[in-house]
Amino acid sequence: MSLLEMSNIKKSFKQLEVLKDISLHVNEGEVVSIIGPSGSGKSTLLRCATTLETVDSGDIRYLEDYLCRTNSGGRAVYADKAVQRRIKECFGLVFQNFNLFPHYSVKKNITAALTLVHKKSKAEANAKAAELLEKMGLADKAGAYPCQLSGGQQQRVSIARALALNPKILFFDEPTSALDPELTGEILKVIQSLAKEKMTMVIVTHEMLFARDVSDRVIFMDDGYIIEEGPPKEVIDNPQSERTKTFLNRILE
Amino acid sequence: MGLYPVFLSLVSATGLAGATWWEKLVTVFLPELWRIVKLLLGGLSGTGMIFALTLLFSIPLGILVMFCRRSRFAPLRVLTTFYISVMRGTPLMLQLVVFYYAPYYFFKIMMNKMPENWLFLALIVGFSINYAAYFAEIFRSGLSSIAVGQYEAANVLDFGRMRTFLHIILPQMVKNVLPSVTNEMITLVKDTSLAFTLSYVEMFTLARQESALMVSPMPLFVAGIFYYVANLVVAFVMARVEKKFDYYHV
Ligand SMILES: Nc1ncnc2c1ncn2[C@@H]1O[C@H](COP(=O)(O)OP(=O)(O)O)[C@@H](O)[C@H]1O
Ligand SMILES: [Mg+2]
Repeated sequence: MSLLEMSNIKKSFKQLEVLKDISLHVNEGEVVSIIGPSGSGKSTLLRCATTLETVDSGDIRYLEDYLCRTNSGGRAVYADKAVQRRIKECFGLVFQNFNLFPHYSVKKNITAALTLVHKKSKAEANAKAAELLEKMGLADKAGAYPCQLSGGQQQRVSIARALALNPKILFFDEPTSALDPELTGEILKVIQSLAKEKMTMVIVTHEMLFARDVSDRVIFMDDGYIIEEGPPKEVIDNPQSERTKTFLNRILE
Repeated sequence: MGLYPVFLSLVSATGLAGATWWEKLVTVFLPELWRIVKLLLGGLSGTGMIFALTLLFSIPLGILVMFCRRSRFAPLRVLTTFYISVMRGTPLMLQLVVFYYAPYYFFKIMMNKMPENWLFLALIVGFSINYAAYFAEIFRSGLSSIAVGQYEAANVLDFGRMRTFLHIILPQMVKNVLPSVTNEMITLVKDTSLAFTLSYVEMFTLARQESALMVSPMPLFVAGIFYYVANLVVAFVMARVEKKFDYYHV
C-alpha cells in the first residue's frame, strides 16, 4: 500500500479553480519531485496534503488513515481530531521561507514540538537535537538564534526541526527558492543524503538538474492538472507533452 | 527660569524683602518647597494606585477585548469595535464622570447610598476599560505583524491553537508591542491627573488646591516634576525590559 494517496483532489479559492482533478500516490522510500510553472497549484497541493488548506472534494489517505473522504454529495469530509493528530505525526513540511521560530534558539526550534507536544523529556529532546544538528553540520549553532544564521543554515535548521518528529514522509516547498544561488547547494546536498537513507520525500522545486538526480519520479503540473508523470529520464529528458517541453525549454535555457 | 518670579512672589509675601538672597532661600523658599513636596507625596499613593491598578486590569482585559475584536462571531466583533471606537473617540474625563454618576442616571440609586469607596471604584473601572480599548488595538496590531508562516509552522508541528498562542505567538507579540505599551504607560502616568475631575485625592488634585490657596504656581511646578520623574522611571524600566527582548529580531 502506498504511504500517501491523494485522489481526485479539487480545490478552489472563491472563483479560482486551483487544483482541478489531481491524483497522486507516494510509495514508501520514494522521492517524488513536482515541477511546473508558478501559479500551477504546486504549493496548494502540498498545503492540502499537510492540512494547511482543506480540499473541496477528493480523498487524502496516509497509510490506513483517511484525512478526508468525499461523501455522496461530492464534498470532502475531514477526519476527527484523533485521526488528524495521527496523520500530522506522519509527515513533516519544510517551507520555502523556513518559518523558524525567531524567539527560540536553534536547539529549541528543534526540541519545542518534542517537549511541548509529544511530552518527551528534555534530555531525550536535546539528544535528538544534537544528533540532527551534527548531521546538518550545525553542531556549533545550537545556541544561536535564527536571525544570526545564513539562509542556508536556517533552512537546514528547519529540516532538522521537521526530522525531529521522525516523519514517515517529508514535504519540501521550493526549499531553495529563498536562498542566494551559492547557498542552494548545501540544501540540495542535505536532501540528497536523506534520499540515500530512503526517506520518503515530495519536493516542489525549480532545480531541474537536482530533480533529475534525486527523484524516482517527476510530476509535471500545469494549470491545476498533472500533465505528465514518470521517471526523470522520461519526464525531464524526454518529455511527451508540448506543455512540458515548453516549460523545460524555458527553465533550462 | 520660570521658578524665579515664583520665588520672588513668595519672598515678598513674607516681608523678608530686605534679607540677602540666601537668607530668603533658607528661611522661606526651602521650607515652603519641603512643605509642598510632603503634601504632594501624600497624594502620590493615590496616583500610584490608579496607575498600578489600571495597568493590572487593563492589560489582561485588553487581550480579552482583542480576542473579541477578532472573533469569528460577527455580532461580538461589531460590538467590540463599537466599544473601542467610543472609548477612543470620547474624552476619558467625560467617561469618568459618566461612570461615577451611572448608578444615579441609569439605576436611580442616590449617590449617597453608594458604598464609600465608589469614587475610587468608578475611577479604576473607568480607567481600566478605557485603557483596555487602547491596549486591545495595540495588541491587535502586534499580533497582525506576526507572519502567517509562524501559525503554519506550529500547525504542521501539531501545536494546537492554545499552545501556538502561548508559546509561539504571545512572546513575539509582547516584543512587538513593548514600545507602544511604554507610550501608553507614560500617557497613563499623566492621565492619572484626570482623577481630579471626580475630586479624588491624588497628586494633581492636591497641587491644584494648594496652588489656589497660595495663589502661586509653585505646587503645580512641583507636581510637574513628580510626573516627569515618574515617567523617567517608567521609561527606564521599560527600556530595560525592551533590552531583554533584544536577543532576537525577525
Ligand atoms: N490563499 C489563497 N487565496 C487565493 N488564491 C490563492 C491562495 N493561495 C494560492 N492562490 C492562487 O492559487 C494559484 C496557485 O497558487 P500556488 O499553489 O501557490 O502555485 P505554485 O506553488 O505552483 O506557484 C495562484 O493563482 C495563486 O494566486
Ligand atoms: Mg509555490
